Amino acid sequence: MNLLQRVWRSSLGKKYLMALTGLALFGFVVGHLVGNLQVFGNPELINSYAHFLKSKPGLLWGARLGLLATVAVHVGAALALSAANKAARPVAYSGGSAYGSSWRSRYMLVSGLVIMAFVVYHLLHYTVQLSPVNGVKGGLDFHSLTTRLADGTQVQDVYAMMIHGFQVGWVSLFYLIAQALLFIHLGHGLSSMFHSLGLRNHVWGPRIVAFAQVASLAVFLGYASIPVAVLTGMGGDYVKNLKKAPTTTIETLR
Amino acid sequence: MKVSLKVWRQKNANAAGEFKTYASPELNPNMSFLEMLDVVNEELSNQGEEPIAFGHDCREGICGTCSLVIDGKPHGPHKGVATCQTYMRSFSNGDRIVIEPWRAKAFPIIKDLVCDRKAFDRIQQAGGFISVRTGSAPDANSIPVSKENADLAMDAAQCIGCGACVAACKNASAMLFVSAKVSHLGLMPQGQPERYKRVKAMVDQMDTEGFGACTVTGSCEAVCPKEISLDFIARMNRDYAVALIQGDPKQVVGGGAG
Amino acid sequence: MATLNSQIPTGPLSEKWEKHKFSSKLINPANKRKYKVIVVGAGLAGASASATLAELGYEVHNFVFHDSPRRAHSVAAQGGINAAKNYQNDGDSVHRLFYDTIKGGDYRAREANVHRLAEVSVNIIDQCAAQGVPFAREYGGLLDNRSFGGAQVSRTFYARGQTGQQLLLGAYSALNKMIGAGGIKSYTHSEMLDLVVVDGHAKGIIVRNLQTGEITRHSADAVVLATGGYGNVYNLSTYARGSNVTASWRAYKRGACFGNPCYTQIHPTCIPVSGDYQSKLTLMSESLRNDGRIWVPKRKEDCKKSPADIAEGDRDYYLERMYSAFGNLAPRDVASRAAKYVCDEGRGIGDTGLGVYLDFADSIKRLGEGKVRERYGNLFAMYHEITNEDAYKTPMRIYPAVHYTMGGLWVDYNLMSNIPGLFVLGEANFSDHGANRLGASALMQGLSDGYFVLPSTITTYLANVKAGGRPATDRGEFQQAEEEVRNFTRRVTTNNGKRSPDSFHKQLGKIMWDYCGMARTETGLQKAIQLIGDLREEFRATVNVLGEPNGLNQSLEKAGRVADFIELGELMCRDALMREESCGGHFREEYQYTSNDPEVQQGVVNTGDVKRRDDQFAFVAAWEYAGAPDKAPILNKEPLIYEEVKMSTRSYK
Repeated sequence: MNLLQRVWRSSLGKKYLMALTGLALFGFVVGHLVGNLQVFGNPELINSYAHFLKSKPGLLWGARLGLLATVAVHVGAALALSAANKAARPVAYSGGSAYGSSWRSRYMLVSGLVIMAFVVYHLLHYTVQLSPVNGVKGGLDFHSLTTRLADGTQVQDVYAMMIHGFQVGWVSLFYLIAQALLFIHLGHGLSSMFHSLGLRNHVWGPRIVAFAQVASLAVFLGYASIPVAVLTGMGGDYVKNLKKAPTTTIETLR
Repeated sequence: MKVSLKVWRQKNANAAGEFKTYASPELNPNMSFLEMLDVVNEELSNQGEEPIAFGHDCREGICGTCSLVIDGKPHGPHKGVATCQTYMRSFSNGDRIVIEPWRAKAFPIIKDLVCDRKAFDRIQQAGGFISVRTGSAPDANSIPVSKENADLAMDAAQCIGCGACVAACKNASAMLFVSAKVSHLGLMPQGQPERYKRVKAMVDQMDTEGFGACTVTGSCEAVCPKEISLDFIARMNRDYAVALIQGDPKQVVGGGAG
Repeated sequence: MATLNSQIPTGPLSEKWEKHKFSSKLINPANKRKYKVIVVGAGLAGASASATLAELGYEVHNFVFHDSPRRAHSVAAQGGINAAKNYQNDGDSVHRLFYDTIKGGDYRAREANVHRLAEVSVNIIDQCAAQGVPFAREYGGLLDNRSFGGAQVSRTFYARGQTGQQLLLGAYSALNKMIGAGGIKSYTHSEMLDLVVVDGHAKGIIVRNLQTGEITRHSADAVVLATGGYGNVYNLSTYARGSNVTASWRAYKRGACFGNPCYTQIHPTCIPVSGDYQSKLTLMSESLRNDGRIWVPKRKEDCKKSPADIAEGDRDYYLERMYSAFGNLAPRDVASRAAKYVCDEGRGIGDTGLGVYLDFADSIKRLGEGKVRERYGNLFAMYHEITNEDAYKTPMRIYPAVHYTMGGLWVDYNLMSNIPGLFVLGEANFSDHGANRLGASALMQGLSDGYFVLPSTITTYLANVKAGGRPATDRGEFQQAEEEVRNFTRRVTTNNGKRSPDSFHKQLGKIMWDYCGMARTETGLQKAIQLIGDLREEFRATVNVLGEPNGLNQSLEKAGRVADFIELGELMCRDALMREESCGGHFREEYQYTSNDPEVQQGVVNTGDVKRRDDQFAFVAAWEYAGAPDKAPILNKEPLIYEEVKMSTRSYK
């Protein structure tokens, strides 16, 4: 039997895959957050960053496919394991249940699935930029938002897109709910990842748990700050000006 | 004091079970939970109703036979004790107590509150031992064991094999049990030669028996009468990963001597 | 009359075992697999014997009534296991362990058996350590020892307070290894209900599957019983609730002699009874006596006071007073009887007046609470769980309880009963502890019998049995035995009686404790025999077993066990009545030292100490079934001949 088969066939093997793919996805979550937080800077900052990414299609698509595969393995292993887990405990207790379990641990599948649904939406919203899903009043095609960088390159105005996107109340709400679930998911996942890989003992156990708490909270605060900032007015003037002069250039804004 | 009991009754493995409610006679708070059931059973027997079947033996928390889920918690309300070490003083007059058997696919119910835990034996038969023939052992002091490792091994070895970890886990996972066995032997120098073979064999048998996987909820540790730590699961995960990567040993074709 | 030949090898004591092993016939390795051996029980003795026999190549079938072969009550032994390793360099040796055990047994054990036990003890520790038993270690990684249960050397190996559990799991792992390798077929939830004797040889058993109710026949070339002791005849004891005498008793009824049934050990440090609902007495490890001091108030009037209100000068540390050399570490029988005396004087403590204090205040002062917690934390926690009292703050209350039975089926040096082919190991046999067992000796004996003695001695029988010649199970003897089992089941399940088996067990236990407990008298024993006879008849007429025989039926299981206990109780009383002396755990009030005796005047013993009568009772009483429960059993005597040790008055002063 080759290694992959051995890994997939055993429950522990699938846990390793969950942990390793989880680690990779956490890496993405952090990277993506760092990228997005640039929205708090000058609009050019995030626009040039987005342009830089798009200018390397090999890298971008490589990363995208890699992420897709990672998600597929993570979700596939999760579904296989949870089906086996359900089968292992077909009857619930009537006198109460799940004594002693941490509450976050009990919602991993639910939180994971909602996050995945959100990710699909998020991709359609900001990556594919499917107009009907963005909910902007009066309709807006994000593709139409363009701007020029300082060097004169014509690029998509990602900054404007983000502001427009999060100004829609329900979109921000969905985003915040998904972030809250991610907080729950990571709070457990980040520590049990070490557990699954066997990187834990009585000394490191509590430290790992603390790390997971802090990291999941930091991720939540980081992501949540964007829609909250937009809803409380950030970038409002910028996009208002855009509406008045749809072909505004960077120069005119200055 | 008096309590009312909502008890799972099931005639045999194939019959459908149901909850039945019984009122207890007058109880003494110093009674153990199982003594309370004895008293209830004596009363049932006098009334011509078949007594409630429940597993019990040593009644001092070490044999691992007793196995009741009391109000949703395996082994009852106290931490670090088995059902048989639960006393009625932990309940109040008039309480309604729900009593159920361990529930897991790998632990089929035999009758009422008694389930079949042979799966645990089979896991151990797959590799839960150090292969030493009687008579072949070297002097006991020729194999020093660091006190730290001996103590840690003992922490794991205390497992009484009751199955509360499986009963508590929402996935009916046997990881705490298996990891306690694997860690006990894996921590001792005597256990090194078979360390990876052992963990592989035991985990594979565990999967075959239909136990779920670990989602690190911590229920098992919380109900374990010996308070065996989750850390042992991590230890086992580490060993199993090494075993997976190593793969199966090379087959040797033997020839006769002489 | 049965023929009892103890088969003790000739020659000097210390060479007997080696010589015997050499002179025993061997069986060709290729032939071993043609022999099938049934082992009943998987405690220390049963599991170790099964594993070792399978390693040697025999086809082993192991039967346990538990749901798993890991649950036998050996698992509950707390204190430790003795071995003459002399790792502590404190003067221990095989000979000293032998001598202590013989003396501790009050000169009622067989010299040759005990010497072998002491010799083999060292191998046991090696074997268990190699299996990965996590014995306590010193910082250098070597094995730690403690002194235990009346020994003046530190020869006890231990694994926290769970030595029995760890040794049992070691033996269980050896069993698992051989089950996995196909050498052992394991039958769980399978209770032996009869022994099948064919042409005078033990050739099989009848078994009831407790899960399905199915009754099956099993034939073999030899049958090994390792089914434990019978202390549950007292109902309240430190035994597991399931421990029973059924296997031994059915063998007795098929002709095996029962040796010294009255030798019962009452352990001094158990948690006192709290009410009539009580199902079980919990032992507090004897190791507590290393650091705890036992006392009662000097005056009756103080008994109901809180112990904190009783001044130091008003306390009677009676063991230290009576046995200055051993003090609180006096052997079990001595310590138990002393507790009974002070309680009989009305100085017992607690609600029932049946209790004494075990006080750690001095040790906590001397060592600090941390050290005491480190040594005994789990025991203190257990005590708290049961009594709701904090023993760090207030003394523990303890009282003696039935703990071990030294008697059992009679066996020769080869551990074979007087029925050829029937071997008996561990607590189920009578052989090694005489009239009293020392602490940490039971684990030693169980493992010695299973790992080292039986695998070697079984060939003395099997070598003379034709390989593959065991009888078929359709023979008349099997049919008849099965029919008898079925008849009993049918009778009790259709009896429509009024009383549960448990209620009979309680009643029997009370009779036994009152008349055949820590102190026995001629009139009391006669009365008990009468009462038990009546109880037997009442049981027959009015026992009530509800539910079906086909499937798990715990009442039915109990009914069978209680029926056997009732008959055994009567035999124990008869044995105690016959033995007109006191020795070890058997105390006849008529035979005790008084102030008129020279030994008391010389200060060798205390008044009230046991008085042996070696001139008349230096023998093993091996009782033989007379064919019906109401017929008086036949007494056979095996004289105890001491070649090495001089029988003397046992003094712990």
